[in-house]
Amino acid sequence: MQGSGIIRVAHHRRRFDLWDVLIYTAIALTSLACLLPFVHVVAKSLSTDAFVIANKVFLWPKGFTIEAYQKIFADASIIRSLYVTVFITATFTLLGMIITTCAAYPLSRRNLKGNAVLTFIFMFTLYFGGGIIPEYINISNLGLLDTVWSLILPPAFSAFNLLIMRTAIRSNIPDSLEEAARIDGAGHFRVLLTIVLPLSKPIIATLSLFYAVGRWNAYQDALFYIKYATELRPLQLKLYYLVVQASESFQLEMTNVNLSNPEVLKASVVVFATVPILLVYPFIQKYFVQGVLIGAIKE
Amino acid sequence: MNMEGASVEPGNKKSAFAVNPKALRRKQIRSYMAQNWQLYVLLIVPLAFAITFKYMPLSGLILAFKDYKIARGFWGSEWVGFQIFEEIFRHREFLRALRNTLLLNTLDLMFSFTAPILLALLLNEIRHSAYKRVNQSLLYLPHFLSWPIIGALAYQLLGLGNGLVNNLIEMLGGERIPFLQSDYHWLASYVGIGVWASMGWGTIIYLAAISGVNPELYEAATVDGAGRWRRMWHVTLPCIRATIVTLLILNLGRIMGGSFEQIYALQNKATTEFTTTIPVLVYRWGIEGGNFSRATAVGLFQSVVGLLLILIADRIAKKLGEDGLL
Repeated sequence: MQGSGIIRVAHHRRRFDLWDVLIYTAIALTSLACLLPFVHVVAKSLSTDAFVIANKVFLWPKGFTIEAYQKIFADASIIRSLYVTVFITATFTLLGMIITTCAAYPLSRRNLKGNAVLTFIFMFTLYFGGGIIPEYINISNLGLLDTVWSLILPPAFSAFNLLIMRTAIRSNIPDSLEEAARIDGAGHFRVLLTIVLPLSKPIIATLSLFYAVGRWNAYQDALFYIKYATELRPLQLKLYYLVVQASESFQLEMTNVNLSNPEVLKASVVVFATVPILLVYPFIQKYFVQGVLIGAIKE
Repeated sequence: MNMEGASVEPGNKKSAFAVNPKALRRKQIRSYMAQNWQLYVLLIVPLAFAITFKYMPLSGLILAFKDYKIARGFWGSEWVGFQIFEEIFRHREFLRALRNTLLLNTLDLMFSFTAPILLALLLNEIRHSAYKRVNQSLLYLPHFLSWPIIGALAYQLLGLGNGLVNNLIEMLGGERIPFLQSDYHWLASYVGIGVWASMGWGTIIYLAAISGVNPELYEAATVDGAGRWRRMWHVTLPCIRATIVTLLILNLGRIMGGSFEQIYALQNKATTEFTTTIPVLVYRWGIEGGNFSRATAVGLFQSVVGLLLILIADRIAKKLGEDGLL
């Protein structure tokens, strides 16, 4: 295995040896470990109660039925929480992007007077904050408890996303382009709208997805701030109460009796909450990877 | 209009400054503002949000130094200095939460930090790009799932009575394992689930670093007779050392931190020994229990220690000749 043989290998395609087989298998097994839990839950959600209770369902449904899904779609509170999540996510993403852009463009200009102070004011929030209770009191004082705004306004400014967008604008848009537009008499608003924004489409897509997926998935703030207005619970919090804590029962419209074994319903509500993410996942993955890489660049 | 102002560039500031007294400087500022006021207008909204939702809560930190009584209000409550801190440092529940925070984060650092490095090294060995892409897509998937979903999946898979894994164990003749129901099993499951959720996503940064390695180094190593593992050890790892050290220090700085969402989605009534970390305690004492002063003090303690750790970590990184974080 040593000597001249190796040198030839460097120029030609390397042989597929035993180690390759092991590595390819190890990777495949790890990937399956990420996929199979979900396959199992889908199988469970499409099975008949009896098979699930008897622990007979593995990766394929037994006694195929979509009854559980019919029940979920008939549960008004679950559907409502989906609407709440969609509204919150859309509004939050729009607002977050407006705020991020409004801060990133001025700060991307190195000759902005006061840049260092302003940057410090924004970036300080990355390292030190009031914490759970002071933030809770603040939201309470602002009268936002038990409103959707408690989930939209407080996290809308993100120093991390601001940092990423500022880095992207600095590296993608040459100063000379801006200067040229400025000499032609364009104001900063014009430069932002006609030059910076169109040239920043990829980073806008990436950060919008950061905001949207982050908001879609979070439940901590809803747990803290949405206490009495149960109709405003977003989907993830609803899922938490229904499945993880199992403190809340499904509101079945057809029967007023709670099922003695809600395992199938639990599985199907997990699928219900995951499918929206899975549907967009293939399209957004690429933008996320780019975002991580831009975020890693330090200036 | 003020055309001379337009030609003043940042680099020339000093020379203009030297030539003349205050009058010209005032004029410069006026012309600078005339041209750039729009930049400051843009900053109004972000500043308003940062002040309202990030800086205004800071005033609530004084509760940690007051004996907060709802009847007497925020300002009317009595100052007690560090008395509340003295109380919590003697409180058994706090000490346990502190221990759990350090324990869970240390375990997480040991496993969740190293797993992506190993995985990235293995992924780098895969030469069929389609195979690599498919696997990467699957490995990144958990990153996009919320903690309630991951928690729910964990109970569906690892549950004692009807979890898939336990069903398989029983089928193969073994005994059911209380993965999530007994203290030490829970601890292992928590760490395992953390690795599962973050491992794939963590490879991105390492794969990017690996792709930046000069291919000539590999060729030279191959010519010198280095096999797969020696190339990994003597070329790849040294080349991504800076990335590893930076991320390690960043993670060391977070050893007092902790995700509320992760732990809260995985805890249950059966195991209480390791599930109360500092954020969970703050939630219990403060939002559930209404003891704002005590909960604020616990939170403040965590933030201050966390900030100090990050500053220390940054210092160490720079001493070691790596890029700092700040």
